[in-house]
This record gives sequence, structure tokens and C-alpha cells, in this order.
Amino acid sequence: MTDFFKMHFLVPLAAVLGLMAMAYFGAQANLQWVFGVAAPYLSVLLFVEGLIYRIVYWARSPVPFRIPTTCAQNRTLPWIEKTVGEKLDNPEKFSHVVGRMALEVLAFRSLFRNTRTELQKHPDYPEGAKLVHWSYKWLWFGAIAFHYAFLLVILRHMRFFSEPAWGFIHRLESVDGFVQFYVPVVYLTGVAMLAGLTYLLARRLFNPGMRYLSLAADYFPLFLLLSIGLTGFFLRYIYRTDVTAVKELAMGLVTLHPVVPAGISPLFFTHLFLVSVLFAYFPFSKLMHAPGVFLSPTRNMANNNRWRLHVNPWNYPVKFHTYMDQENEYREAMVEAGIPVEIPLAAPVEEEK
Amino acid sequence: MAKVTVPKPQELAKVNYQPPAKGWMDVKPEFRPGTYVNAAQPKWLEMINYPYPRAWSVPDEDWKLPPDWKEIILQQMEDRLSRFRSLKLFFDICVRCGACADKCHFYLGTGDPKNMPVMRAELLRSVYKRYFKPAGKFFGELAGARDLTEDVLKEWFYYLHQCTICRRCSVFCPYGIDMAEMTLLGRELLASVGINIDWAMASVASCYTKGSHIGATPQAFKDMLDFLAEENERITGVETPVTYNRKGAEILFITPSGDYFADPGSYTMMGYLLLFKYLDLDYTVSTYAAEGGNFGWFISHEMGKRLNIKMYEEAKRLGVKWILGGECGHMWRVCNQYQTTYYGESPSFLEVPKSPITGTVFENARAHKMVHISEFTADLIHNNKLKFDVSRNEHIKLTFHDSCNPARAMGIFEEPRYIIKNVLPEGHFFEMPPNTIREKTFCCGSSAALNADEFMETRMKGGFPRANAVRHVAEKYGVNHLGCICALDRATLPTLVNYWIPGMEVTGITELVGNALVFPDEIERTTDLRDRPLVGFEEAEGEEEAE
Repeated sequence: MTDFFKMHFLVPLAAVLGLMAMAYFGAQANLQWVFGVAAPYLSVLLFVEGLIYRIVYWARSPVPFRIPTTCAQNRTLPWIEKTVGEKLDNPEKFSHVVGRMALEVLAFRSLFRNTRTELQKHPDYPEGAKLVHWSYKWLWFGAIAFHYAFLLVILRHMRFFSEPAWGFIHRLESVDGFVQFYVPVVYLTGVAMLAGLTYLLARRLFNPGMRYLSLAADYFPLFLLLSIGLTGFFLRYIYRTDVTAVKELAMGLVTLHPVVPAGISPLFFTHLFLVSVLFAYFPFSKLMHAPGVFLSPTRNMANNNRWRLHVNPWNYPVKFHTYMDQENEYREAMVEAGIPVEIPLAAPVEEEK
Repeated sequence: MAKVTVPKPQELAKVNYQPPAKGWMDVKPEFRPGTYVNAAQPKWLEMINYPYPRAWSVPDEDWKLPPDWKEIILQQMEDRLSRFRSLKLFFDICVRCGACADKCHFYLGTGDPKNMPVMRAELLRSVYKRYFKPAGKFFGELAGARDLTEDVLKEWFYYLHQCTICRRCSVFCPYGIDMAEMTLLGRELLASVGINIDWAMASVASCYTKGSHIGATPQAFKDMLDFLAEENERITGVETPVTYNRKGAEILFITPSGDYFADPGSYTMMGYLLLFKYLDLDYTVSTYAAEGGNFGWFISHEMGKRLNIKMYEEAKRLGVKWILGGECGHMWRVCNQYQTTYYGESPSFLEVPKSPITGTVFENARAHKMVHISEFTADLIHNNKLKFDVSRNEHIKLTFHDSCNPARAMGIFEEPRYIIKNVLPEGHFFEMPPNTIREKTFCCGSSAALNADEFMETRMKGGFPRANAVRHVAEKYGVNHLGCICALDRATLPTLVNYWIPGMEVTGITELVGNALVFPDEIERTTDLRDRPLVGFEEAEGEEEAE
């Protein structure tokens, strides 16, 4: 029997290392067109198609019931005031839902609520133990650091895909590189992204519960993103490649006139291939949490069932026990107990349904 | 059945959170008495036309499954996937970040890693991946997928009945993944091959055929309420007569059977009757819609509807204007999230609820046409319609337990607190720590049809986080009463606090209202509704209650 953790940890690690080797040696073996052109195009195709496929797959199933998770006071008597925060945590109408989703997507609202609970010894209590709960923001912080850093890194990369580079990219670059302690200028987002990923990986490895539940599908994206970040880091700071040639390749790809200029290092093709793999992998993986959160019925619905009807498209009539079923069974006893009945005792009882 | 003995609190509080060395796919549950609910007897299933009724037993090797059980389960899973977007989505988007892990009271109480909501979901998800996702088909275990076997089914049974559908995990999940939804649908899958728990099915079948979970006949129901009305008269000198199935009443009052079946729920029932008498409310109760709770919803959406529909049907037959609902947790979850959708329309034979006393129109219940007793009472107090003598609650130091369902599937937080503050003397109400109340409240550990005696050990473990927070305020402020607006809580919390914090009492909020209400023609009150002497009347009550 294979060790569950080892399998789920080592296989994706080997897979990512294998992918890297493939691209690195492939580029050396003159397969630049495969890794520089075919792979990116194929991955974008898979990404778009997969994304559409998965969202349509979800959307094909209806939302039969309105089931928002309510995290604050609901709409009730008018003199019970609700703060804006409470309205977003228990939305009454569409605008509140938009606010709730925005907070969820942009600020990871629910994760911000995170607590940690620990069983501690407490000799004063007869049972000798006490559960202690405290606010625990590290997961939120690590997640938000990674996601925003990654977003900014992607935006910075837009300078390869626009000619002349869009204005906001320059501003972004100057802010991102404002701490100048190294040449070339070190981008903080790159560092934050790698640090965030390292934290997210470390907690899976060092927290016994997390290690117990983590699957290959959890390690693979982490390894993939880490390898993307690291190859990018090396390309920028250590083994620099011909950036003009890279830009030519990128512009060729977006203008659908692909060219593979000379002078691009195999490391760059490795980087590009890993990004391609990420794109292709995205729609078939847990990374779909990004579009999925928008569809989550516990977050994207208003808690307004009591004043607005929600229709279940597959609602069907059910067999139920009617009042007359009850009365027919207990009529005598009900009359005796003085409970009003529909059909008096003297009347014929049988034919009534 | 063997009598279950629960280890001492000191033993139970030693929770081991270290996961086993073996991978979770290779660990099977151990069906030890005290940690599972008994299998449903066939007679209950027959009463409600549920499939595959048969005598079977949980610890047995052979669960006597139908020969094509696997095809049935997979076909039912496919059916649920096509009908519930939530299920597809919750299966697909979980990133296993673990934020839900230490939020579950069953995980905190048992330390069993499969009680981490993420793992409990994974038990179902692994089968979904194996049969509905290409990656699972090709890569198998590496993709977190596994074959559906009898062992997997048994594991589902074990862990889906260690989830009280409380939604605490869903509050903390960054994508709002709701284990409750998956547990409910998972239980539907189990039921499709005749795997049900007795406690749920007995209640459902009794409710379906007789009118309430406790199986009270119409005449027995009347007996119980009449008895409580007599108790009211004995203690307060005020007659609180109840009318049954009275056509043309303005309001139909529906409350869970827990409120008239046993202590301490019955004291809350007495409180309702006193309140209604005080207001001279034109209301009636029904022997047909005699159950506010809905154990049907704990086993399937369809069964939930088959029981819930009685409320509107009876309101229509009696010709009432609107429905008033008692203090109950899952009843109000069903009422708030499902009732009008089940019915398919807003019932046109009812009117938008309007308090006959204050004239307040309950706009928030415009479609539902049903009002929560806490909303109703808070409105009365706000409009100065009730006269209280709060000193009659002076012996009570209270903390309030937000019941999971009204908290996380409705959002009723302020009304009960408003009532509490008006019926208790100043400084007699204390909140538990903020991470254990309101939307972060901890479950009683016995809801969702798990309040069976044979499940006691796990119930006490699951309720440990709740009890532990109660212990905190008991030690710190001398709190001696745990208030709640849930009849299931009133049925299960006494057992829980009796185990962890002996001496702690559980009370409904309307019971406190009943204690404090001042009637013009009442006799001098020397006791509360529980016959306990009021402060200042201790010696008059004789020797047994000396404080």
C-alpha cells in the first residue's frame, strides 16, 4: 500500500519537474515552435473552451432553493437597525448581494472571519480542558497576498503584449519597484507571490490535519505556480534572456503572426510552457473556485424568501397526509375530546376522501 | 439495544486531534455503541412509502442492500447533480484550504479528521470524481477518486450522521460551500437504498400519519395543551384556554411538539398561552398542523415538503388570516428558506400578517404570511403593549444560545435579545464569547435527527464546544440559565449541560415572558412557571428549594 501523503505530494512534484525538463530540453532540441507557439495557443484554446464548458455545466443545473448563509440580522421590524456591514452579511436585495460578492471576491470576506480553535488544559474546570477561540488572519493574509501579487504580476506582464506598453503598466512598475536595493529593480509583487505560495504550501505540509486531507490536486497547482514564479525570478534577476526577442515572440502570438526570434533562452521557454500548462489545467481543476464563487448560492442570493417568492423549476406535487385522512382516522376520539370535525359522527363516513 | 454508557467528562474532553498514519481512504469507521444512530425499522419506511424497508442493523457486516444498490446510488447522484447547482459547484470548487476544519463542533469534539467538513465532503466528492469526472476515471486514487463500495456507503452513513446541518463551516468557507447542503443530499442518496436512521424515520412517520413527531393523536395533543393551560391557571390564577381547529380564527399558531411534550419546552408553551391570553388574541391551534418542526427535511427535500405542506393546507381549511410560528430552529429554516418555494406560490388565501394589537404590518413576511413569535413579541414590547414585572425573573442569570438555523439560515439575532433585556432585571443577561455566538454560534450537537439516546457519546462530544462556552459564562458571571429559541435545543441542551455543567437550566425565551407578564386579575405569584420560588418567596415554598 502506497503512502497516501507521499503519493499525493511526490507525483505532482515529479510532474512539474518533468514538465520543466521537457520544455527546457525541448527548446534546446530546436522545438521552440512547440513550446513557444503551439503550446501557448493550445493552452489558451483549452482554457477558453474548458472555462465555458464548466460554467455551462454548472449553469445547466438550476438553483431550486434560495439558501444564502446569513451572517447577520435579517430584515425584520423597521426599528431594528442594520448597519451596512450587516446588510452585506445578510443581504436583503440585489444591491446588497453585489456588495457581498464584491467583498467576498475582492477582500476574501469569509476568510477574514477565520478563527482558530484550540483545546487547552484548564485545571479549574472539572473536565480539565477548555476550548479557546481566537481570530486568525494568517490564512487570509497569505491568500490575499498571493492572489493580489499574482494579479499585479500578470498585469505587469502586459507590457510584453502591448506596443507601445500601456501607460498603467509603467506606473505599476515604478510603484512595484519602489524599494530599490538591487539592480535590476526588484518587484515586490514577485516576492510577495513567492512568499504567499510558500506559506500556502508550508501549511499543507506542517499542519497534520492539512497534510492528511491534501490531495495531488492541491499540491500540483502550488508546485506549478511556484515553478512559474521561480523561473520568472531567475529570468529577471539571474539568467537574463533577450527581452526584445521575448517581446517579439509575445507580440507575434497576440497578433496571430507567430514568430520565434533567435536568442531566447531555454529557461524562458520553460517559463512560458509552465504558464501554458497552468492555463490548460485551470478549467479542469479546483482553480475554478475563481469563477465558481460567483455562482455560489449561499453567497449570491438575497435572504428575501419571506417577501419574494423563489420558484423551483422542478417543483412537483407530493403525496401528503391530508386533514381528512386524519379526521377519518380519529373522528370519534376528536368528537369525544370536543375538537371540531368536518363530518359529524352521525353522517356517513366511508365515501369521503 | 445495549444501554449506552458515556465516559466521564474528563475522559471525553481529552480529544486527540492527531490524524491516523494511514491515508483516509484506508481507514474504516468503527461502529461502536454510542457513536451511531440505530437503523430505521421497516414499519416507519412503509408508513411513508420509502424504498427498501427491511430489518437491518448498523454494526452488522451485511446491511442487506438491494442487489443493484450501486447503480441506484449513482443514478440518484446524477439526478441530484442535475437538480442542484449547489452540489455540482460545491463538489468542484473546494480548494481544501481547511478554513472549515476547526469550525465544526463534531471535529472539535471528536478529533476525527473525517469530521472536518472538508473531509466529510471529500467522502462524497471522491465518489463523484470517480464516476462523473474524467480525471477521477483515469487517475483514480491519485485524483482523490475511489470506487463506490459498501465500506464507502457505511462511511457515508457514519459521517453524514455526524453533521447537524448547522452551517457553521459555510460561514467561514471563502466560497460559501455549505456542508449542510451536501449532508442533506447525501442522506437522500442513502435513503434511496433504504439506509435511514430510526430516530429520524420514527419521527417523520409519526408526524406524517398522526400530526407530530412524538406521535400524539389529536386527542392526546389536546390533552397536553389543556394540561399546560391548567398549570397556568394553578400558578397564575389566569385561565388560558386553548381552542382547537377553530375555523375563522384570525391566527393559526404552530409550534414544534417539543414545546408541549416535555420539560423544559412545556414551560415555553405555557408562556405562549399566557401571552396570547394577555392579548386576547384570536388564535387557534390545529391537531393536523400540530408540528412546527420538520424531521422530514432532515432526510430529504421531498419529505420536508410532504410535512411542511400541512401548515398552509390547514391555514386554508381553517380560513385564518396568517400563521404565527413558535420558537423553533429548523422549523424556521424550512419556513424561511423552503416553505413558499415548496408551495410554489405565496398562499393567496392568507393575508399579509398584521399584528392585531399594534397594527404593525410584517412587511418582511409579505409572501410567506407567517411571523416568528420573537418578531411578534418584540413588536409588542416596542409598542409598550406588555406589562412586565422583571423581578419575577430575578433568580435567572441568562446567556443566550443562538440556535444554528435561525442564526445562519435566517438571521434572527436581535429580537430575542431585545425581549430578554426587557423581561430580565438589569444586569442579568450575559453573552458568551463573541466567537461562539450569533453567526459563529456552536450547535447543540444533537440536531438534524441525531438526538437519539443511543448516540449519546457523540452527542456529548459534538456539544462540547457549546457547553464549554456556557461553562465560561457560568464560571465568570454565575450564569445559571441557557436561553434559546429552539425546541430541539430545549430537548437536547438539558442533557448536554447536565453532562458538562450540572445545575445549568435551559429555557425558552417566551417562558421568561410568561414569568414576567403582569395580569390585572392574577393571583399573587410566588413561583415561576416551573414552580420554583421567586426571589423573596423562598421560605414560603418550604424546605426543598433552600438557596
